[in-house]
Amino acid sequence: MRGGIRRKLKLSKLYSFRCGRSSMTDDDHSQIGGPGFSRVVYCNEPDCIQAEIRNYGANYVRSTKYTLATFLPKSLFEQFRRVANFFFLVTGILAFTPLTPYTAVSAIIPLIIVVGATMIKEGIEDWRRNKQDMEVNNRKAKVHQGDGVFNHSEWKNLRVGDIVKVKKDEFFPADLLLLSSSYDDAICYVETMNLDGETNLKLKQALEVTSFLNEDSDFRNFKAIVKCEDPNANLYSFVGSMEFEEAQYPLSPQQLLLRDSKLRNTDYIYGAVIFTGQDTKVIQNSTDPPSKRSKIEKKMDRIIYFLFSILFLMAFVGSILFGIATEDDLENGRSKRWYLRPDDSTVFFDPKRAPSAAIFHFLTALMLYNYFIPISLYVSIEIVKVLQCIFINQDIHMYYEEADKPAHARTSNLNEELGQVDTILSDKTGTLTCNSMEFIKCSVAGTAYGLGVTEIERAMHTRKASPLHDENVNGYDHIKDSTDSKSLIKGFNFKDERIMNGKWVNEPRAAVIQKFFRLLAICHTAIPEVDEETRKVSYEAESPDEAAFVIAARELGFEFYKRTQNSISLHELDPVTGNGIERLYKLLNVLEFNSSRKRMSVIVRDEEGKILLLCKGADSVMFERLAKNGREFEDETREHVNNYADAGLRTLILGYRELDEEEYKEFNEKFTEAKNSVSADQETLIDEVAEKIERGLILLGATAVEDKLQNGVPSCIDKLARAGIKIWVLTGDKMETAINIGFACSLLRQGMKQIIINLETPQIQALEKAGDKAAITKASKENVRRQITEGKGQLTSSSRSSEAFALIIDGKSLSYALEDDMKKMFLELAIDCASVICCRSSPKQKALVTRLVKSGTGKTTLAIGDGANDVGMLQEADIGIGISGVEGMQAVMSSDIAIAQFRYLERLLLVHGHWCYRRISSMFPQLYQEGVQNLLFSWRRILSWMLNGFCGAIIIFFFCTKAMELQAFNNDGQTAGRDILGATMYTCIVWVVNLQMALFITYFTLVQHVVIWGSIAFWYLFLLIYGAMTPTFSTTAYKIFIEVLAPTPSYWLVILFVVISTLIPYFSYSAIKMRFFPMYHETIQWIRHEGLPNDPEYCEMVRQRSLRPTTVGFTARLAARTDSLKDNNHNHT
Amino acid sequence: MEHRSALERPDQPTRMCFWRSEAINKFTQQNLPACKPVLTPTWVILTFLLIGTIFIPIGLICLHASRSVVEIVDRYDIDCVPEQFKSNKLGYIKDSSYPKNCSRTLKVNRYMKAPIYIYYQLDNYYQNHRRYVKSRSDQQLLHGLGSNKTSLCKPEQSNNGLPIVPCGLVAWSLFNDTYKFIRGKSELNVNRKNIAWKSDRDHKFGKHVYPFNFQNGTLIGGGKLNSSVPLSDQEDLIVWMRTAALPSFRKLYGRIEENLHANDVIVVNLMNNYNTYSFGGKKKLVLSTSSWLGGKNDFPGFAYIFVGCYCIVIAIVFMLLHVKNSRNTHVGYN
Repeated sequence: MRGGIRRKLKLSKLYSFRCGRSSMTDDDHSQIGGPGFSRVVYCNEPDCIQAEIRNYGANYVRSTKYTLATFLPKSLFEQFRRVANFFFLVTGILAFTPLTPYTAVSAIIPLIIVVGATMIKEGIEDWRRNKQDMEVNNRKAKVHQGDGVFNHSEWKNLRVGDIVKVKKDEFFPADLLLLSSSYDDAICYVETMNLDGETNLKLKQALEVTSFLNEDSDFRNFKAIVKCEDPNANLYSFVGSMEFEEAQYPLSPQQLLLRDSKLRNTDYIYGAVIFTGQDTKVIQNSTDPPSKRSKIEKKMDRIIYFLFSILFLMAFVGSILFGIATEDDLENGRSKRWYLRPDDSTVFFDPKRAPSAAIFHFLTALMLYNYFIPISLYVSIEIVKVLQCIFINQDIHMYYEEADKPAHARTSNLNEELGQVDTILSDKTGTLTCNSMEFIKCSVAGTAYGLGVTEIERAMHTRKASPLHDENVNGYDHIKDSTDSKSLIKGFNFKDERIMNGKWVNEPRAAVIQKFFRLLAICHTAIPEVDEETRKVSYEAESPDEAAFVIAARELGFEFYKRTQNSISLHELDPVTGNGIERLYKLLNVLEFNSSRKRMSVIVRDEEGKILLLCKGADSVMFERLAKNGREFEDETREHVNNYADAGLRTLILGYRELDEEEYKEFNEKFTEAKNSVSADQETLIDEVAEKIERGLILLGATAVEDKLQNGVPSCIDKLARAGIKIWVLTGDKMETAINIGFACSLLRQGMKQIIINLETPQIQALEKAGDKAAITKASKENVRRQITEGKGQLTSSSRSSEAFALIIDGKSLSYALEDDMKKMFLELAIDCASVICCRSSPKQKALVTRLVKSGTGKTTLAIGDGANDVGMLQEADIGIGISGVEGMQAVMSSDIAIAQFRYLERLLLVHGHWCYRRISSMFPQLYQEGVQNLLFSWRRILSWMLNGFCGAIIIFFFCTKAMELQAFNNDGQTAGRDILGATMYTCIVWVVNLQMALFITYFTLVQHVVIWGSIAFWYLFLLIYGAMTPTFSTTAYKIFIEVLAPTPSYWLVILFVVISTLIPYFSYSAIKMRFFPMYHETIQWIRHEGLPNDPEYCEMVRQRSLRPTTVGFTARLAARTDSLKDNNHNHT
Repeated sequence: MEHRSALERPDQPTRMCFWRSEAINKFTQQNLPACKPVLTPTWVILTFLLIGTIFIPIGLICLHASRSVVEIVDRYDIDCVPEQFKSNKLGYIKDSSYPKNCSRTLKVNRYMKAPIYIYYQLDNYYQNHRRYVKSRSDQQLLHGLGSNKTSLCKPEQSNNGLPIVPCGLVAWSLFNDTYKFIRGKSELNVNRKNIAWKSDRDHKFGKHVYPFNFQNGTLIGGGKLNSSVPLSDQEDLIVWMRTAALPSFRKLYGRIEENLHANDVIVVNLMNNYNTYSFGGKKKLVLSTSSWLGGKNDFPGFAYIFVGCYCIVIAIVFMLLHVKNSRNTHVGYN
């Protein structure tokens, strides 16, 4: 059997603190069988009668909007929910009655095109979703078929009660009850990143009674009945019991493996399916994909309503006048306008039935003026959006070559919203970071090693090199040398000739260096895996940073290659002989890491028999534990650690201590006693014992691990920040991690005031121990409220100074802060802070925060994430962006736009977003801030465009009629009839509309030229072609251009005059505005035009005007640093 | 990935193909070469000046053309009703037993060079009414009785069970006042040919379509047609059937192909047949020469001059502002 060596390991023994312990209280279990806890699962007998009666759903998961049957009615309904479409449907139907002023076909065809095109688009989008569903549903899992035989079966065919075997690195196909694993003590490691975004592995352990089920054949006669809670969305709770061999065993979340999480570091597990398909916790957590509509679209609806009211008003007034005129046609039975034959009329013109004639005329007028409602607007916008999608999808600057992933706009509805984003809510892992830890620097014995360049340093350096900011800040000169620092070994990006390749032996403090790396090689819980052929060792660790340490130790000559129940074996370099030797360390105790201890230690006995306590931990807890004689390098190390932390690196302090036998013995007794105690405060007891031994340490140095940011993230964040976009980080990770990343992305910096809201106060912890839930809730809430109020106090008190604040809040506090009575306060505080970081937040909380920002500020929000835990957030935000990274597709599937890397956000928002917004706004009648403030699409703007159109219409109508009214039209004496006047006016309109467009657009490419001049040319072409058709078809247009208009000078003179005069008002207006009230983009055009970009002073002046002061990003960081330098200089003189 | 395939194919077979994929690539990457005109003060001032300097001369020319046209307008609908019928014009016009002839005297003020166009002008006459405009059959006008598509012609579609040619309200309400012009002793020759558009005569009104069953109903509208003349030669019908856009309109009646001299007195003998009294419409007789620009209308000339002047003024204002503020660039305006 594979992994045989490891099977001997009882890993749970390694862990002193947490293994397999359930924190469930008994009263939860008493509810089983009651309402809400009625589920009964017959494990291994999915076919039995009782199971069939219950008939739990299949494991099929569907994310499509429509099915084949519902597509037509549902999507038609969706289409005609649009008021304009519905209106056109009604007028289209009316067009088949004699009411119509035009032919029915001309009314119905545009509608069919519009609706058809949109429906086809919807259909294609849904088909794609369906394909993705199929992929997931058809994945294969090994299922017990009876008689101890496991065969592959599709996920969708899983039933409740099935026994499933899941292998390493496979996803769980449903919510499973863990029965046994490849480890003897039935533990397994689970990666839940898709659920909650946490990167560290979770440990799960099966009940002891089932842990014997190690082989396929063991399941031949296995039977158990599980009674548990009904499907619900709570990821962290599970209440149930298992009846096995006539005994009852309580179940806890510790035994539940959730769909969409992944099996890691464990060869295989066996599990029983508890929840399938729609019942699984992850699906229960996902909300229905909301149909998102962009703000412009919403506003467009309002505009359409407005136009409707104008239309109705026009039709109403017109029909009343028509009614009066019609009634007047017959006076005492005598026809007045006899040429209309009012005496012999249909109801539409009958003076005797004038009111009905007026009503019918109202309908006719609606149809006649329905050009007022721009049906083509929807089509045009749709076309523009599709083009924009193509532009986004095809943009080479957003194409990620390594993974062959271009950007992908999945819904075209929201393109222009990209130009209006005010707040970005970002996930951390996989979005900002690549979820890989790299050992990059270390400080040993007061000397800093490691020349690797972090992303933030690189970004700051590039920025500094720009001509506008050439202040001299020392200390980053080496950056230029190390250009390409792509590390070949995953998790290791350390470069320093002084200590690599065994050269450390020549360093002055070689002994300390030896101890330092030996500690890294020993003090961890990783498991080595030796490749049989290459003899290469790889490690499986709970978290990637732990792996990074072991790898670093290996690379520097301390190769950890074997772990047994109580020993650790290393290949070491002997500094004296220079040869590699094998060393065995007896592992005596492991003092686990947890968030309150913030450190971990191991106690080992080396080959010489010395007992060593090796400890690594956060600087906040480590420095106070140093011995008096162990503080030799403290000052240097502190300085280095501060530098590292500011550069966004995760630091750990390493220290050691030799124990004498007596001391150890005493400790071990107490420790064993504490471990074996069954009281509730066992953890505290262990903590206390550990506390006593972990002191008097001798400092070795510090490590710095980079939670590797994705390429270009800091500079992207900087640019976004300078565009005035706020960035919030919502992460499931620990607070420390989140803060580190905050530093790495320049969302936080030294000197920024941090408002930290959490519930880790002694008071709350004491209450938690007491276990009174109501009291905890009350106290926690009060606590959070107090902290928010204090934070606000800090903000107001320093509102004058330019100090920047950062708000950091943890998940527990967040759940209180998001309650109805407090969320407003919280939002106010958060908005005033330059950066906001929410850590340990659940998917639901992410979505809630997003909703809070969206509804609280009314601004456009954008959420970006890569995991299933971000789905809620992506759906809740105005725009959801999925990172099509390595991990699952859930985020991408529920996103509106998928990109491969965070840094593409810059181009997506600042380039595409702005363009899309400008273009969509122009369909009617800074750069970025214009979008955020929605300047281009305000009512004032819309109304002034309408006014412009109205003026144009008046000018065209009156000038044309006036110029052509009675007199002869040409020197042949013919006068202008309806046909000639109509054609002339329409020509004017075509010219005016196109020239207006030419005046409005800011740049001309070939496309614009073709479209504008082509449209005008097309009109003449149309006149020619239509005029050449048979007169029974073309009627009044027959030969109108060739015979009548073209040879007549007055036609051309009228065109010239009317067109120019119609454009003059707009031209004057825009000239005045450009000259005296330019908008940002126009200002920039000025600069470009006048060739001023080379004048830095001038550019700065413009920039000052157009930019909001930025408080985050490395520009702000540089500025802050420069300021403080200046202050220092000032103080020195 | 279209753009990739475009980029990654270095061995392009032909230049043309390369150019095309290059163009598509430039389009999808939004890299097309562009020119970005900026409304700089210089440009604005120059544009306004240019418009002004073009428009004012054009205006002057138009005005000159319009002024060169001599026009005589005479309203006769009231005066041509005999005194005793002044209070009952409608009764007079409707009763065919009363003589409808009427005589008007026109004085020529300025020399009028031939051809002199004769128009009749109707006011408050809605030839553009929706019902009226539609009430015709182009099929029938071209193809005669063979065409059955006459449903639009209601109520002047058929009479006594027989179809009417030409059907419809437009034809039915044909204008039927007639004019004779006498200068001194001799009658002026009025040419009533070629008053309609050629395309209408040739292609819209059939050469072999003759009026049939026209104005035979109980209710007689306007003029009658000579049923031995094909529609394509019934030019006053053709002119009438090109409906006017506005309620006041002129239609060409004929041409006098002799010059008229200043102080010539012309006696017009007209038949006042057409009923405009029931709806209060006016009838006018118009004699007019024409210029290259058509008839007499000062509006285009004045409008051109006005807009031209406006542009010049604006240009000057802009120039002053620009000179005054040229030191402070626009950034200063805040």
